Amino acid sequence: MAVVLDENAIGEAVATLVEQIRATAQRSRVAIVGIRSRGDEVAERICAALEEAKIEHDYGMLDISLYRDDLSHLAENPKLQSSEIIFQMDGAEIVLVDDVLFTGRTIRAALDAVTDYGRPARIQLAVLIDRGHREIPIQPDYVGVKLETARMDHVIVRLKKTDGEDAVELVTTP
Amino acid sequence: MARKDFLDIASLSREEVDLLLDQATPFKELFTRSVKKVPALKGKSVLMLFYEPSTRTLSSFEVAAKRLSADVIDLDVPHSSVTKGETVKDTVDTLQAMRADYIVVRHKMAGLPRAIARQTKASVINAGDGAHAHPTQALLDAFTLKEAFPDLSGRKILIAGDILHSRVARSTSRLFLKLGVEVGFLGPGSLVPRTGPEGITRFTDFDEALRWGPDAVYLLRVQMERQEVQYFPSVHEYHRVYGVTQERFERIRGEGIYIMHPGPVNRGVELCHEVMDYERSLINQQVENGIAARMAVLYWLKPQTDSEEVNRE
Repeated sequence: MAVVLDENAIGEAVATLVEQIRATAQRSRVAIVGIRSRGDEVAERICAALEEAKIEHDYGMLDISLYRDDLSHLAENPKLQSSEIIFQMDGAEIVLVDDVLFTGRTIRAALDAVTDYGRPARIQLAVLIDRGHREIPIQPDYVGVKLETARMDHVIVRLKKTDGEDAVELVTTP
Repeated sequence: MARKDFLDIASLSREEVDLLLDQATPFKELFTRSVKKVPALKGKSVLMLFYEPSTRTLSSFEVAAKRLSADVIDLDVPHSSVTKGETVKDTVDTLQAMRADYIVVRHKMAGLPRAIARQTKASVINAGDGAHAHPTQALLDAFTLKEAFPDLSGRKILIAGDILHSRVARSTSRLFLKLGVEVGFLGPGSLVPRTGPEGITRFTDFDEALRWGPDAVYLLRVQMERQEVQYFPSVHEYHRVYGVTQERFERIRGEGIYIMHPGPVNRGVELCHEVMDYERSLINQQVENGIAARMAVLYWLKPQTDSEEVNRE
């Protein structure tokens, strides 16, 4: 187990994301939609930075548990949280935000969830960490930092609001 | 831990109750989206096994299952009695052949859902068995009252009517007691059981019961079909003594007391028709919340039908 990103490095990764999204958000109003849990916290930080730059935008969060493709393989279904989408989804410019991009299956589920609220004009993907090993053809538009990992490694993200501190650990299995 | 079956309120822990009540909210939020359906139970089938006529509970379960993307099979069962033993086994064998993942059962015989649950790997949900239990009704009732009062503990609910024959009264009062709600029973002496869970205050006089200070009055449906003998002289008499008359309605409105009813309402019997437009009537919300609560139950249960297939392969 090793800390691969500390508080500073996470801050830099968020800043990298903000820098890229900013250019898009200045061209047209975007809706930053975080995937629960932790994607919503990354999204909140992006929104705070956009606010500081006085760039108007919408914010939402999404629980994708009901859209997972592995529910019948789980001994217990994940606990549901509320989704909050209060802007008009039809015609919206969506930037989906998650903490870690791995197999891509969560994003597949999130795309289905988003389109059940309406028909957005465009959906883009922003991830704090891209750790590779995709199982479906989904690629991010904005990346905070890339991590070299093995397929069986675990990337554990802890964020202040959810977990009390900012740290990313890599747990390797021998 | 997830359970296979949902048979009564008595066997649920407080944690399980809180989980189900919490989970009903995100399901209810789905109803305001343009697409009200989610794919959580895609490929699963839910079998409706209603031996007793019911339109409300049956359609509520159907809508709940369909909004979870399950396939719904409505088994046309004769409304005659199935007795214990061989016939139940025959039924279960038929159900196994249909490969249902969830079975929703209503029957006039108390305990039948449990008997079926023991013999199948499918999840069994009790949709009302005799005068025994109606646990999803209790869940939607608690969820509805919780929307009015986020902290239920110390609140008072008065359940009025034919308590004796009512599985609703039985399940709902048990759940409210579990949640720290004070429960009062009001009804003719012949229709209020003398025994039952502790902590229930019994009333025979409506006005005295209102002085007790309930936050909500829960009116039970007068079930003519369940009374083999007459327990009260006439419908008119019942309304005058145990119903929400216009006069009592004025008082209830003045004190801001909420009204609940499991439906369908017998107007002019349990309540006068003015109550239907009362701003603190929760009756319509109970219907909508019934779908959300049943979705939460279906999502929570884990049928063992998948493991059976794994074993065979």
